[in-house]
Formats: sequence, C-alpha cells, structure tokens
Amino acid sequence: MEKKKELQAQRREEGASRLNRIKPRTNLLFNVIFAICATICIIPVIFVFIISITAEESIRMYGYRFFPQEFSLESYEFLFKEGDTILQALGISVTVAVVGTLLGLLLTSTMGYVLSRNSYKLNGFLTMVVFIPMIFNGGMISSYVVNTQFLHLKDSIWALILPLCVSSFNVVICRTFFKTNIPDSVIESAQMDGASQMKIFTRIALPLSKPMLSTIALFLTFGYWNDWFQSSLYITNSRLFSLQSLLDHIQRNIEMMAKNPAMGLTMQQYINSMPKEGARMAMAILIIIPIACTYPFFQKYFISGLTVGAVKG
Amino acid sequence: MKRYKRRRWNKNDTELTLLALPATVWYVLFCFLPMFGLIIAFKNYRVTGGKSFVYNIFHSEWAGLKNFEFLIKSKDLFVILRNTILYNLVFIVLGLILAVSMAIMISLLYSRRKSKVYQTLMFFPYFMSWVVAAYFVDAFLNVDNGMINSMIREAGGDRVQWYMNADVWPFILIIMYLWKNTGYNMVIYLSSIAGIDSTLYEAAVVDGANKRQQVFYITLPCLKNVIVMMFILNVGKIFYSDFGLFYQITQGAKGSIFSAVATIDTYVYNALQSSTPIGMTSAATFFQSVACCATILLANALVRKIDSDSAII
Repeated sequence: MEKKKELQAQRREEGASRLNRIKPRTNLLFNVIFAICATICIIPVIFVFIISITAEESIRMYGYRFFPQEFSLESYEFLFKEGDTILQALGISVTVAVVGTLLGLLLTSTMGYVLSRNSYKLNGFLTMVVFIPMIFNGGMISSYVVNTQFLHLKDSIWALILPLCVSSFNVVICRTFFKTNIPDSVIESAQMDGASQMKIFTRIALPLSKPMLSTIALFLTFGYWNDWFQSSLYITNSRLFSLQSLLDHIQRNIEMMAKNPAMGLTMQQYINSMPKEGARMAMAILIIIPIACTYPFFQKYFISGLTVGAVKG
Repeated sequence: MKRYKRRRWNKNDTELTLLALPATVWYVLFCFLPMFGLIIAFKNYRVTGGKSFVYNIFHSEWAGLKNFEFLIKSKDLFVILRNTILYNLVFIVLGLILAVSMAIMISLLYSRRKSKVYQTLMFFPYFMSWVVAAYFVDAFLNVDNGMINSMIREAGGDRVQWYMNADVWPFILIIMYLWKNTGYNMVIYLSSIAGIDSTLYEAAVVDGANKRQQVFYITLPCLKNVIVMMFILNVGKIFYSDFGLFYQITQGAKGSIFSAVATIDTYVYNALQSSTPIGMTSAATFFQSVACCATILLANALVRKIDSDSAII
C-alpha cells in the first residue's frame, strides 16, 4: 500500500519537474561524462583481474595487457596451494574486524550516551576529553613510543585493534543521535520507575538507536578491514599479518608466499616456477572481492552516517 | 546549564561515570598520553633497558631546542613542508570544484536509476585501501610489465622508469587522490542537494529562472554551509598528508622522487623505520601537531568572522 503511494508521489513529482529540467542534449552530455568517470573508477579492478588470470608466460613476453595472449588459472592454483598463509591472515583480519568493531561500539555508545545527559555533573569535563583530540594530537612518533614502550603492544594483535577503536567523530555522532532521538521525559520516567542508568542505557537507549549503531559499526568494520598502517608499524611476526599487510609485504617480496614446495622440487626450484606477477594480482583480487560484493548494500548507511555527523557538534 | 552546577553529586552521576569510564581510559591511554609524550621533542630521549616509559622520559636530559635546530638545518624540512602544504591545497581546491560540480550535474540527470548506478560505481574506489590502489597503479606503471611501458616498447621506444621519474609524480598523486575521493565527496554534496526545499525551485520557475540560474542562485547558496564545513575540516588537516597515498602509491616515497613526493608523514615514518635518532623526527611531529591545531582554530575563527553560522567550533 505504502509503496503504491510512494510511486504515485514520485510520478506527480516527475510530472512537475518535467517542465523544469535540463535540455535533452545536456542530459546526454552529462550521461557520457558520468559513464566515463564511472569507467575510470572501476577499470583498474578489471585490469588487475585480467592480469591475475593471464598465464605467467604471456606476462613475461608481452607485459600486462587488457587482452592477453593466453589465460590461465595458475595464480589462483598457487594461492590455493599456499592457502594456509592466506587463511591465517584472513583469520587475523576477521578477528581484528569483529573484536575491534564490538569494542569500538561499546566504548563509543557508552561515551555518547553519557555525553548526551545534560544533567550529568562531569558532562563539561568529558566533552572536553572527547573534543580536544579532534583538534590536537600527539602525532605518529609519540603514539609509537607510548604504544611500544608504555603499553607494550609491539607484535600483539591488540596493536591492530585498540588504537583505532574510538574516534571522537563517532562519539559526537552518537551523542547527537541520543540527544535528538531519546527524549528526556522517557529517561526521567524510567528513573521514576527505579531503573539505573545502566539499565536505561541497555534497555532503552541501545534498542532505540540500532540504525545509528549499525552505521558506526560499518565505519569501524571497513576501517579495520582496510587497515595496514598499524600492522606496518607494530607487527613484525608474520603469523600476525592481516590480509592487507600480507598484500603490502608481497608487493616487495612475493617469494615469502612460497612455503609448501610441490613434491620433488627444492625450495629454489619452487620459487622459480611460481607465477610471481599473477599471484600478486590474484591476492589483490581476493581482498577486493568481499568489499566489492558488499559495499553497494551498505553505501546508503555510510551516507546517512555522514549526514548525521554533519549536525553541528 | 548553570542550574545543574550547584547540585550535589548523586547516584546518577556515579552510574554515568562508571559507564563513561572505559572510554575515558581509552582516551587517556591513546590520546592524552601521546600528547604528554610530545615533550620528547625537547629531550634527548634515550631508552634505558628494563625501565619504564615514564622513567625514560623523566630521566632523559633536556635538549632545549636542539632537535628543532637539527630539523631546520637539514634541507629536508623545506621540501617536506612545501610538498605537504602544496599537495593539500591542490587537493582541497580541485577536490571541491570537481565534487561540487559533479554532484550538481548528477542531480540534474533525467534518470534516477542511472544516477544511482553512477554513484555506486564512483563510490567504489573509496572502499579500496591504498595498498590495493598501489597494485592498480603498479599494473600501469611497472617498469618491466606495466601497461604503459609495454605500449611504449611495442611502439619501439625505450621503457621509462616511472618510479624514479620525479616530474610525473605530482600528476599521478593528484589523479589518484581525485580517483579515490571524488565519488565519496560527490555523494556528501548530493545528499545536501537532495535536502534543499523544492519549493525554492518552483518559485524560481515561476519567476522565469532557467536551470543555469537556478544552479547559481539556489543550489550553490544552499550548499554553502556544507562546503564551508568541508573546507574547514580539510584546511585543519593541511599539515597532515594522506599517508597511504604518499607512501604506498609511490612505493616508499624515497630515492630519486623524494623531493617530489615526500611529506611530513612519510618522512617521519621512514625515519621511524630506519635507525635515525628519534629526537629530530619528534621535533617534526611536534611542529605538525601544533601547526595543525593552530590552523584549525584560525580557519574556524576566520569563518566565524565572515559568517558565524557556518563555524563548527
């Protein structure tokens, strides 16, 4: 029923706007421009995919091409054979993303809730705690020194999780949402009934803010999934490499992927026979696929998060 | 607000403090300790084995401004400062013009469905990490196999060492920046265009305004607040560079392209990875933090003076 109404409204709007729109020629021109831009945005992925299914022999002879001489799945076969390394990295990536997102949500929402309570005595103080890091920070060196020498996070999975889990931007989004969407009267009446703040937070505030929480969760998850910087600073143990940092390392040294030589080959022979160029690109494709498949569905949450954040803090 | 200040501490405050505690601890450890750690820029920081970080800080001798003297005397400072600021200025101006004009153009297209498809495709690069983007660039610029070099080779020319050719890098970096961020920024502006009251346009049509006039006298003025906000946010980061862009895409930001691509962040990172004493680089980050804070406050004050509604602080 609602859909029908929406459609009707849309049609009416279109009827009205038909009188007020750009000329057909301009429309065509704009369409061409956007088609070109859209192609530029995704062509590198297609190119890298083609390289990943090009035979190594063909790359050696003719370089990377859009229309290769010979196709082959050897790169993917190679990666499959070295699946342990990739699975290990995938495990790290997933663990970091899940634990980090949950922890980040917990810290962000509690802080956001507390800041949204105007009657709280320390409200002004905590607002400064959240606000100051937005305009002033310690920078790379002293963060590094603190994290390695004070918190001893070097070569620990927590180095990938903790530094990224709270951002003042998210806290402000959260606070604004609680402030505008949960009326004081609801909270006051809950208090009248004897509910503690903890209870109000978990039973009233959180259930009412699922859309906002899922937006922040998305920001966090994509942030963790795409992060390689923390890893490049703090992680030297290859068992703790995430997918992104594995990709970062094989850019310089694809040979580190070769660990399980086939029967009857020495390590050196195995390294010489591996599809070096194709395997690198195949690795990149493996990382892109999960994002490319999911982001169209999440796109609108990103945008809604951005517009919420635009509300004056 | 004042009403609450005289009130006694009550049970509510205790509960809220407990809720805010985890996030506050996080802020102290990951934001405020590094701020305190900035004093190592004025110290001859030395790590004594087996001693804690705080002990090390207090027992390193004061170096006064010696670290800053070293930094200023080295020729690098001028180069990295110039690169950081100039690149950021180009990014801000070009990024703004391109994103706003594309947002307006895409909002004028006849077909809503096509516009959705373009948006989705152009949003895609934003979800790629710079490590993955570095693979894309490598596919085109690689010395041995890159597409451009194999095309040159086919035409009978000599291959070009793109990764050592300083002249082309400003263009590549600007293109890559726009490639990654334009779609995302376009969508931000587009969502505020969608929020403009449609009666404004209807009134304009009645007054006989054509589409071009509507864009200049309705759409752009309505976008002013968002544009100013994005501008302040970006200007505030003018002493920071997008580390992944400058480090990954250039494959290290060192060697013969240093003068064209090195920024404060890549310089500090490379110093951190090598055995350079920490003092000089911490002077660089100290300068970066302070300068950044000053620019944010300055940009905000400037905007407040011109138009107090648009200021964000």
